[in-house]
Amino acid sequence: MTAIEIFGLEKTFSVGFWRKRPRRALRPLHLSVEEGEIFGFLGPNGAGKTTTLKLLMGLVFPTAGTARILGMEANDPRVKAQIGFLPEQPYFYDYLTARELLEYYAQLSGVAAKDRRKKVEAMLQRVGLTDAGDIQLRKFSKGMLQRVGIAQAILHDPKVVFLDEPMSGLDPMGRREVRDLIEQLKKEGKTVFFSTHILSDAEALCDRVAIIHLGELRSVGVVADLTSSMHGKVELIWQSAVVPASIRALGAECHVTGDTVRAVLAEDKQDAAIDALRRERLRLVSVTPVRATLEDYFLQNLGTENAPSEVMA
Amino acid sequence: MKPARRTTIIASVLLIACLSGVVFTLGRVDRLRSGASLQEILYISSPKVLKRLSLGYEGLLADVYWTRAVQYFGNKHRGYVENYRLLAPLLEITTYLDPHLMVAYEYGANFLAPRPPLGAGMPERAVQLVESGIRANPDSWKLYNSLGFIYYFEFKDYGKAAEAFNTGSKISGAHPFMKIVAANMAQHAGDFGMARMLWTTTFESTNDKQIKYNAVAHLRALKVEEDVTNLEKLVSLYQETTGHVPAHLSDFVSAGILPGIPVDPTGHPYKVMPDGTIQVRNPDDFPFITKGLPPGYQPLALDFSKMKLETPR
Amino acid sequence: MNPRISYIAANTFREAVRDRVLYNLIAFALLLVGAAILVGQISIDIERLVVINLGLTAVSLFGMLIAIFIGIGLVSKEIEKRTLYTMLSRPVRRWEFIIGKFFGLAGTLVVNTFFMAVGVFAALLYVSHHLQRPDAWLLVALYFIILQFLMITAIALLFSSFSSPLLSAVFAFSLFVIGNFAEDLRGFAAMAKGLTRWLATGAAYVLPNFSALNVISSVAHGEAVSRQLVFYNSVYALFYAALALCGAVLIFERRDLK
Repeated sequence: MTAIEIFGLEKTFSVGFWRKRPRRALRPLHLSVEEGEIFGFLGPNGAGKTTTLKLLMGLVFPTAGTARILGMEANDPRVKAQIGFLPEQPYFYDYLTARELLEYYAQLSGVAAKDRRKKVEAMLQRVGLTDAGDIQLRKFSKGMLQRVGIAQAILHDPKVVFLDEPMSGLDPMGRREVRDLIEQLKKEGKTVFFSTHILSDAEALCDRVAIIHLGELRSVGVVADLTSSMHGKVELIWQSAVVPASIRALGAECHVTGDTVRAVLAEDKQDAAIDALRRERLRLVSVTPVRATLEDYFLQNLGTENAPSEVMA
Repeated sequence: MKPARRTTIIASVLLIACLSGVVFTLGRVDRLRSGASLQEILYISSPKVLKRLSLGYEGLLADVYWTRAVQYFGNKHRGYVENYRLLAPLLEITTYLDPHLMVAYEYGANFLAPRPPLGAGMPERAVQLVESGIRANPDSWKLYNSLGFIYYFEFKDYGKAAEAFNTGSKISGAHPFMKIVAANMAQHAGDFGMARMLWTTTFESTNDKQIKYNAVAHLRALKVEEDVTNLEKLVSLYQETTGHVPAHLSDFVSAGILPGIPVDPTGHPYKVMPDGTIQVRNPDDFPFITKGLPPGYQPLALDFSKMKLETPR
Repeated sequence: MNPRISYIAANTFREAVRDRVLYNLIAFALLLVGAAILVGQISIDIERLVVINLGLTAVSLFGMLIAIFIGIGLVSKEIEKRTLYTMLSRPVRRWEFIIGKFFGLAGTLVVNTFFMAVGVFAALLYVSHHLQRPDAWLLVALYFIILQFLMITAIALLFSSFSSPLLSAVFAFSLFVIGNFAEDLRGFAAMAKGLTRWLATGAAYVLPNFSALNVISSVAHGEAVSRQLVFYNSVYALFYAALALCGAVLIFERRDLK
């Protein structure tokens, strides 16, 4: 079944004290996520990712539209027992220890008393905080808080997990761990919906992504389909320390290292570039096609404000 | 995904129910406590201690005490002797906290000095109160008026009264009657005219409603006493000439002695009794009269709520 | 009772304790001990009076300060610090959160008052060497003080649900002061005329009536408190606290969290 369905969810904030100016944080959003998917919600900062998550969690009320999670209305308390949420830069009661916090949250999530202790310990182990379990959260580093955050999000074995920028503030090791965790969650049959602005993570993990910019959905689809819709690129390498003006005029990105130049440009400009090099009598070393990345897709499509594209999987 | 409707409805209904509950029980509590607040105030009856406790906010505290005093001695409580014993300390505390609260001194003169059931029957304390007021407010002619008042009506010490009125009349802005009263004291002390001037001065120089009502009542009483005295003189003259008491006052009209049937300040005609005395129709309308009353009449407690506030000429 | 409410209440209590709130008891104890010893030099009757007046007034003031300073942060602090995000994504209803916080703080105050009451009775025992029958009325005075706490806690919680901590503190404290003069305010209102009278009377009825709940001086003089007053005061305080809580629930229910 569909894990998440969003029907025209919209949010306009009134900003300012005296004269309220409206700020459209989210234009009507239509989206659906299937069960068992890892779904990436991508966009630059301020695009509306966090707003969408807050709407789904019931922290903020929509100006219009509804959403359903696991077939029930998103605000329904019965749904809450089956979802987990990790907010961006999470804060927790700093006077509690990690163990106490997880116990408390387990209570509130309706975990049966006899299972609580076991589950809490299992969680601490899973996120690698067993030794720090009795330290007060006010003494935790950012990375440790992020782990606690993940722990509290999955502690009650939810079916759908929502993560807002789960890699933020983590070192490469930490990010690796989170990536592994997300893949693990998928193996357990859970649906993972996470937002990020780090595209390489999304590319590696997600089954599908949605791209949102300035409060508006720009594209949704499988990563490979999105990237393949882009014009291909080629990489030319030649021996020289100069970049001829004619090559630059073709819109190439050039890097000079020592006496080698590496230039990347659009596929259809390949022949023109090779001709230019021959005219300059420069020695071509290699010509290689380059796979477009999501970043390329991003920059190409989001650079232009009024060019939304829809490539459905 | 709006805020939970059921919660909103229940909370709103409960809110209205609680509001009604609050108002209702508060009324009950008020009734149970009506005398308590006054007694509680006087647990600390030393003005000096109170001043220190007020932490610099003596003015406010004085107002609080004054309001409680006025409320307590308001219409429904007046005339009950037991309550008057609290009046003296209340006024003393009030004036100690705020020596410039003029109305408190006026109150003392009008209600502390007279004998019960019309007042607390403490003329000496009233004099002390007013004299301390004069020390704090040497430029107030009203206080000299109050002082003369007490000496005149309660002590019948015309010498001291004249002195007070005289000193007061020299202050600029003094009511013009004060000079006249001082000048005529020697010859006309005890006359109706003197009393009338004094009560008129009081009526015109105060803003306090209760003092005004009190003054009006006295002025009316004076009129009645004057009328009764004059009418009884007429009756005895009539008796001398005709040998019998007139059956009805209209006999005076037909005999050409009076232009019309004499009426009291409330508009009811006087009655002539078989023994030649004059009586008023409704003695209850005139709380302060000593003449014109049927024998064995017991004065009621004062109730100003039925009176109107015009001075009878 | 709803389990989630009791979990939240228990956690709120734990927070207050870890916030070192109960250290106020030390200050209180010192105050009382100092007063008792100082006053022990004077003659009988006055000492009893002073200990009761001072002790009960201190219980009332300390508790009121705690109620306000913790109460105003109960909701606003959680919104500010975003600790609510992970809380409300769980099957906790917003109204359960409010009620749970209320009971947590109320419970803290009751425990606090209990310890203070022990202190007051101990000081009383020290200065008058034996307890007399009229001293039982102290318990009624303490009960009324607890009722005041319930009202003030609910009021602080109400303000916390929509206002910043500073403003909430100012409002709550002002209401406490005005509430102690509520009877006088109704007196002022009764003397006004026309529209002012209606508005003033309306305001005077909505303001919390703390003066009726303050029987400290009567109890110090050994006077009884009528059963009717106890009954009506209890009902009044409960209605009032419930009123403020309904307000808090309604406001919080529809608030967008930043």
